Amino acid sequence: MAGLVRRRARRQRVLRWVVVGVLSIVFLLPLFALLEFTTRGPGGKLSWDTWRLLVDWRQLSETYPVLWTGMKASFWLVLLSVALTLVLLVPTVVWVRLRLPGLRRLVEFLCLLPLTIPAIVLVVGLAPVYAWVVYFVGGSSVTLFLAYTILALPFAYRAIDTGLSAIDVRTLAEAARSLGAGWLTVMWRVVLPNIRSAVLSAAFLTVALVLGEFTIASLLSRDNLQVAINQLGKSSATISFAVSLAALVLAFVLLYLLSFVGRRRRRERSVS
Amino acid sequence: MTTTAVSTGVAVRLEGVSRRFGTVQALDGLDLELAPGELVALLGPSGCGKTTALRILAGLEDADSGRILVGGKDVADVPVNRRDMGMVFQAYSLFPHLTAAENVEFGLRLRRQSAAARRRRAQEMLELVGIGTHASRFPQQLSGGQQQRVALARALAIQPQVLLLDEPLSALDAKVRLQLRDEIRRIQLEVGTTTLFVTHDQEEALALADRVGVMRAGRLEQIGLPEDIYRNPATPFVAEFVGLSNRFAGQLSASGVEVFNTLLPTLNAGSVEHGPVEVLVRPESIDLTADPLGDGRVVAVSFLGPLARVTVALPDETLVVAQVSSARLADLPPGTPVRVTLLPIPVVVSPSDQT
Repeated sequence: MAGLVRRRARRQRVLRWVVVGVLSIVFLLPLFALLEFTTRGPGGKLSWDTWRLLVDWRQLSETYPVLWTGMKASFWLVLLSVALTLVLLVPTVVWVRLRLPGLRRLVEFLCLLPLTIPAIVLVVGLAPVYAWVVYFVGGSSVTLFLAYTILALPFAYRAIDTGLSAIDVRTLAEAARSLGAGWLTVMWRVVLPNIRSAVLSAAFLTVALVLGEFTIASLLSRDNLQVAINQLGKSSATISFAVSLAALVLAFVLLYLLSFVGRRRRRERSVS
Repeated sequence: MTTTAVSTGVAVRLEGVSRRFGTVQALDGLDLELAPGELVALLGPSGCGKTTALRILAGLEDADSGRILVGGKDVADVPVNRRDMGMVFQAYSLFPHLTAAENVEFGLRLRRQSAAARRRRAQEMLELVGIGTHASRFPQQLSGGQQQRVALARALAIQPQVLLLDEPLSALDAKVRLQLRDEIRRIQLEVGTTTLFVTHDQEEALALADRVGVMRAGRLEQIGLPEDIYRNPATPFVAEFVGLSNRFAGQLSASGVEVFNTLLPTLNAGSVEHGPVEVLVRPESIDLTADPLGDGRVVAVSFLGPLARVTVALPDETLVVAQVSSARLADLPPGTPVRVTLLPIPVVVSPSDQT
């Protein structure tokens, strides 16, 4: 009996490793191929020239101005999208929870809507809107952050809403108010510290989304990192692949950090 | 209780306060007065408006009409955060990211007190509620009872004009509840803050309050000393809600009410027409004697420590609940024939068509 159990446990363990192994090959092989390709020097020898160039920003901007523009645009896009998403979403979701619970379903529906609309359809709708944006503030690629904020809403909303569900916002707010806190203090000193990890998740998800966005930028003829990678791919495959790999790894690192934030939160909780 | 009791409380008055939520009239012209330093308990079933009354006094809800006077001033236009009321909630309301001491300091920090003064005051308050040694713990490291103690310390730290307790004990288990109940009373007497305590637990209200107000459908049904509420309930509702009551059929006349061939004095005969009525009799007003010729039969016994409740079935299947001293249980095992005697204690009558 015990032998049977042990044998079954061993078989399960083996199966588990087989699954992990196969999946690793499927996921990692292309990444490894990318790495191998970008480090292939003349005559098939190992060479880190491409990567060295990628780290040397001044030379990079001279050699590949398109890429440099895209990277700069994406950097600002990330910052502005995260800022706008949080500034729009956090107070709204908290307020709806505290004062307008009847609107919760509607707000959730609105926030999740962008997820159900294909990017191409969004572009059709966004093009005339952006005609006005160009008219008022110019055609800089950075204006894309408005569209990206909409794209990020579903993910950011989910993250923040989950964070708020974990605390009794209403009672905490009432307690703080009875102690003399105004709404700003309630928000800053009571609500935000308690949904810190949720806000961080929302920010990370937004960053990952903005770094990986191609469709809308390309169709609206703006430059961002992905558009630049695509363009470079036609002339200089090596550098474009290297940047792709770097962007992917950056996204992985962010997601890894995200899971780390969640875990630390849980450990804090379980101290009792 | 202590000689240091200093009355710092202010008078509170609610005048004709009404509040409607959609189709529900939560408060229907409530009048309530709290003397300085007094602890008044509002008691009633859920939905009677007691919590709404407390929240309106706190400023968390607005009244549709009526006046709220604190220390003689109308506070209707004063927002919650300027009303200076300490609140303890039913749900655990400590800020999870702050330690017990930091929670208590929260209100003081908003009042721009110096760090040293804050820390001293927080420690003092935590000692007052009996958990001075837990100052650096986080809420999730404290038990429910301890959390409510910190919440009480936090509410009192700001030296509020009025202390509002919204069922602070109902999430706790029985033993902690009893302990904390006595502590709340001790602390309230010590600091002398005018206090409104809302509860659905009649035992809590009777044990704790200077005066108890029984609420029903947005109005005060009766307000008075705990013993008055218990002994001389003004209406059948109060008699039924506060303490356990038997309902028997009786005959009301000018000389009293006749139940089981016994004439009893009544508390509220003036408001009920003579004739067949329902009579509310407390279990402790009923005496049982083991008697082979008695027409009752013991059907159930529940032991409550020093006392016991004995349920007796009469031949017409009326059930009578009597309270006797536990020492007499030996004579009254289930199945015993008994004689039921009503003690001549005034009772409440209600029109018999009212259920």
